[in-house]
Amino acid sequence: MTCECQEIVAFRDITKIFPPGILANDRVSFGVERGTVHVLLGENGAGKTTLMNILYGIHQPDGGTIVLRGKEVRIPSPRVAIELGIGMVHQHFRLIPNHTVWENVVLGFPRVPRFFPASQARQMIRDLSKEYGLDVDPDARIWQLSAGEQQRVEILKALLRKAEILILDEPTSVLTPKDVERLFLVLQRMKEEGKTSLFVTHKFSEVGEIGDRITVLRKGRVVGTVPRGEADFETLATMMVGEKIVLSLPKKALSPGRPLLRVEDLWVLDDRGFPGVRGVSFEVREGEIVGIAGVVGNGQRELTEALAGLRSPLRGRILVDEVDITAWSPQKVREAGLAYVPEDRRMALVGDLTLAENLFLRDYRKAPFRRGILVDWKKVREHAEEMIATYRIVPPVPQLPVRLLSGGNRQRVALAQVLASRPRVLVVSNPTAGLDILATDFIHRLFLSLQEEGVGILLVSGDLDEILALSDRVLVLYRGTVLGERKRPQSGWSEEDRRDIGMMMGGVPGERLVMVR
Amino acid sequence: MRLRFQVTRRLEPSASMVFFVSVLSLLLAFLVSGLLFAFLGISPLEAYRVFWRGAFGSLYALSETVKRMIPLAIIGAGLAVSFQASVWNIGAEGQMLIGAIVGTWVALFSPLPPSLLLPAMFILGFLGGALWGAFAAWCRNRLAINEIITTLMLNYVAANLVLYLILGPWKGKTVRGFAYTDPFPQEVWLATIGTTRVPLMTFLFAFLAALFCYFLLTKTTFGFELRVVGRGEKAAHLAGIPAQRVVALVLFLSGGLAGIAGVGEVSGIHHMLRHPAHISLGYGFTAIIVAWIARANPLGVLASAFLFGALMSGQDALKVAFGIPFQVMYILNGLVLFFLIASEQLLYYRVTLRVAPWGEKEDECDRVLD
Repeated sequence: MTCECQEIVAFRDITKIFPPGILANDRVSFGVERGTVHVLLGENGAGKTTLMNILYGIHQPDGGTIVLRGKEVRIPSPRVAIELGIGMVHQHFRLIPNHTVWENVVLGFPRVPRFFPASQARQMIRDLSKEYGLDVDPDARIWQLSAGEQQRVEILKALLRKAEILILDEPTSVLTPKDVERLFLVLQRMKEEGKTSLFVTHKFSEVGEIGDRITVLRKGRVVGTVPRGEADFETLATMMVGEKIVLSLPKKALSPGRPLLRVEDLWVLDDRGFPGVRGVSFEVREGEIVGIAGVVGNGQRELTEALAGLRSPLRGRILVDEVDITAWSPQKVREAGLAYVPEDRRMALVGDLTLAENLFLRDYRKAPFRRGILVDWKKVREHAEEMIATYRIVPPVPQLPVRLLSGGNRQRVALAQVLASRPRVLVVSNPTAGLDILATDFIHRLFLSLQEEGVGILLVSGDLDEILALSDRVLVLYRGTVLGERKRPQSGWSEEDRRDIGMMMGGVPGERLVMVR
Repeated sequence: MRLRFQVTRRLEPSASMVFFVSVLSLLLAFLVSGLLFAFLGISPLEAYRVFWRGAFGSLYALSETVKRMIPLAIIGAGLAVSFQASVWNIGAEGQMLIGAIVGTWVALFSPLPPSLLLPAMFILGFLGGALWGAFAAWCRNRLAINEIITTLMLNYVAANLVLYLILGPWKGKTVRGFAYTDPFPQEVWLATIGTTRVPLMTFLFAFLAALFCYFLLTKTTFGFELRVVGRGEKAAHLAGIPAQRVVALVLFLSGGLAGIAGVGEVSGIHHMLRHPAHISLGYGFTAIIVAWIARANPLGVLASAFLFGALMSGQDALKVAFGIPFQVMYILNGLVLFFLIASEQLLYYRVTLRVAPWGEKEDECDRVLD
């Protein structure tokens, strides 16, 4: 089965060192078989993207070779990579928003007639679309397209350039579950055509569905390559992290108490002046985690910022423990007991200030940190040391600038900032975006223990796995309205619930839809 | 195999690193200035000697240096505070002139008894400069006009106001047609240190201003607020810090300190209001560099103000000794700035020479640690 001739790409001892001596890839060796979907699994910083950038000619290896179709090759630039039949869909799309689909697809493409290229380009796109099930309107402009459609354009670009090997870097991170399904169908179709896909991801939940073989990278090294079906999630997670991981969270069935946060018919304008939140109503009870699911850009930011007092609602009311806090200032909202941890950490933290300064930032005006017009720096330091110990922030150095911390530790700082004053309601937005498994696990467990203490948590996240793992109730936000609601069954979420929520994230109300008010 | 330079990001430059690189860039600026002198037919070594003697070589030279350091330090301390808040006040020149105008009014035209004249000059001079700065804050907060534009333009308004006064209503009756005001009464002439021309009071003010601004920045709640606003406006908003008030107060303070410097020049040096270019010698602009070189640390401003005071007096000596056109001095200042600003990159990036392995692209730019 695994004879040499079947290997379309082989990495041999690829080493890449980024100055000042960071080993991004350390003697990486593995083979990719022709006509398969090969998953490259690893945490952030494991070296997956670096390796793919080497294959695509963006980086040059410091050691080792790439063997393509049995021959050693050197790939000095993406242009050469394309000539060799390698295509790449980057995590952040490389498309020109104001141009049409066909213009983007043929940009830099040599075989386009000089005059009146549109009709031919359209035809080429239509043919390819049909062949691979990549439907997209050639005359639509990129900015009009959803993330899923834009990704299809990127794939079309690669296929038109006769890519036999398609690299997809974290392709599912911006997609709805429905779009993920469609992407998998496309990859299946490509497989049938004998094309090879290299699928880079850090989500082990999706590898079982799509990967024929899975190579796990950790800290720049290959931990192992396993065929589909030979490793379960826990094994893969353990391989990724390097220590035994218990993935199941200790989610208890609690009976929620009185409502702590009540939102009534809330309308909020977005930055362009259009209603981003349109008549949303819900409540969060004592000791309850309510998840807001939805694809990014469906009103989540407007909703959370209105709750935090950063954005005045157009209409509607927000009540914390029966106190109307609508359009209060962020500071007063916080004093009323609602704590907000924004997704954008530049909003929570000041990178150039120290850990200690950031940890008392939200309370700097209050005792014991303030004595008249002076800051009591001794108290600030003591507080910082306490928070660093409680939330196990690393490195435990109060005078370190926060920008030197890792993402996971920065998020701990952001949580410690608001949790120090014991809020009753916690509003968090994508709390684990970009974090590794251990940091994510720490934060998830923290939420569950807060829930046990009776804190009401509103968890806004684009990651459906996260929502389902933590929430007692899930609301789906779509184009600024709550499209539906699901309550966690006694037995935990079923596949059917998951599918329904996924459908609603794409704008399709599920059959068992329960409309909220 | 070939050699290639590699640029990597340095996370935190140490204090000694900052000092070392700054001194090195100054030396380089002098080295290149030497070439300039050679072109002018002046021996570079002779030029260096004259410069050194003019800046530090005698008690007189040192006092000339300190005389210039004083306004630079007073203004620079205020600008350091404003830069910490990311408020780009480049209008200190104008704020200083307004201080000089207000001080002159008090000295020549106010009905106050002589003993109160001097305190009133400094207090009202502070207020004048402060309000001139606060006007720019008002434009920013209410009309959303960038303070860089307003503070810069207000410099010209202030300079022309001085010109109008000395040529028009305040033109002196005893100065035989020159464009001055009458000299101030002797009571408001600042006492100098010994036989030098350094006014004792403003000399002390320079240290007080630096200490006050340092205390404000590091010890007070307001200092913390302004540092948060300067480094993360979004975070400041979420923390409930009133950014507009911070901007207004910062411009008020830095404008006021510039105003004090202006009073100091007219009462301590000139004893009259005269042409803006004579009152200021560009102190308000040079102080921007002074604050910047000090990394917006008010205590560091004392050192960098002394350095720039020395540059100014050394250059004066050069001008006199060799009769070179004064424009040459702009080139010298340009060189100093060029090297100081270019060296900034050396603080944040480490450049190493290394042997590139076979096949490495020339233009490959390695990005490390975002």
